[in-house]
Amino acid sequence: MTTIAEPRSRATRKTSRTNAEMIGWIFMRASGVLLIVLIFGHLITNLITDGGVHAIDFGFVAGKWAQPIWQVWDLLMLWLAMVHGTNGVRTIINDYAERAGTRLVLKSLLYLAAVVIVVLGTLVIFTFNPCPPGAPADLLPSFCTA
Amino acid sequence: MWSWVAHRVTGVAIFFFLLVHVLDTALVRVSPQAYNEVIGTYKNPVMGLGEAGLVAAIVFHALNGLRIILVDFWAKGPKYQRVMLWVVVGLWVLLMAGFLPVQLVHTFGSH
Repeated sequence: MTTIAEPRSRATRKTSRTNAEMIGWIFMRASGVLLIVLIFGHLITNLITDGGVHAIDFGFVAGKWAQPIWQVWDLLMLWLAMVHGTNGVRTIINDYAERAGTRLVLKSLLYLAAVVIVVLGTLVIFTFNPCPPGAPADLLPSFCTA
Repeated sequence: MWSWVAHRVTGVAIFFFLLVHVLDTALVRVSPQAYNEVIGTYKNPVMGLGEAGLVAAIVFHALNGLRIILVDFWAKGPKYQRVMLWVVVGLWVLLMAGFLPVQLVHTFGSH
């Protein structure tokens, strides 16, 4: 038989020393402000200046990542955007997936995808070789042949 | 209410683009040819319009996100939330009016 709490009894709620949901709430706002700067900068250099997306090729990426500022920029953008986006989608799953099993499956897939993308992206930025041996010289940035 | 729905819809759309975008950029580790081939697909007109939609979603999400922060932290934020929504819409129109001609020239212009 289902037991129903006494009327006006205190609502019981699990409390913990650290409030993860509040940290998440603050993170969404702090990272959001940083992401506006990072993503608008990214869009201006990659979609607006110097021919926009038509100017992007391997040489363009290599030229950018030859400068440490763009390595840091892209790394920070990757991590902040992925954590911000993953936390946002987690909230949406919690809101709309009504069965506990569905939530577990969807969130497991979400976290798996997030870890794979963050690890892959980080490795790409740190292990990138702008002048891979054997590649046609006309596809490489000009500093490879210098 | 609708700004809240739009914030969620644009957020999810941007998130899925981000997953794909990291994967396509990761091809720089495979070979210059592989990367150039895939980034080449971003340069056709259909993708050009898709990029315009993506930027529209990002700009809305960014501006409305700032509005949410002001509602939460600025004492008068809740009072002016409706006015701020119109400011968001106005700035969005302004920024898109600046971006769209540039994007359309890049997409359909002769290079």
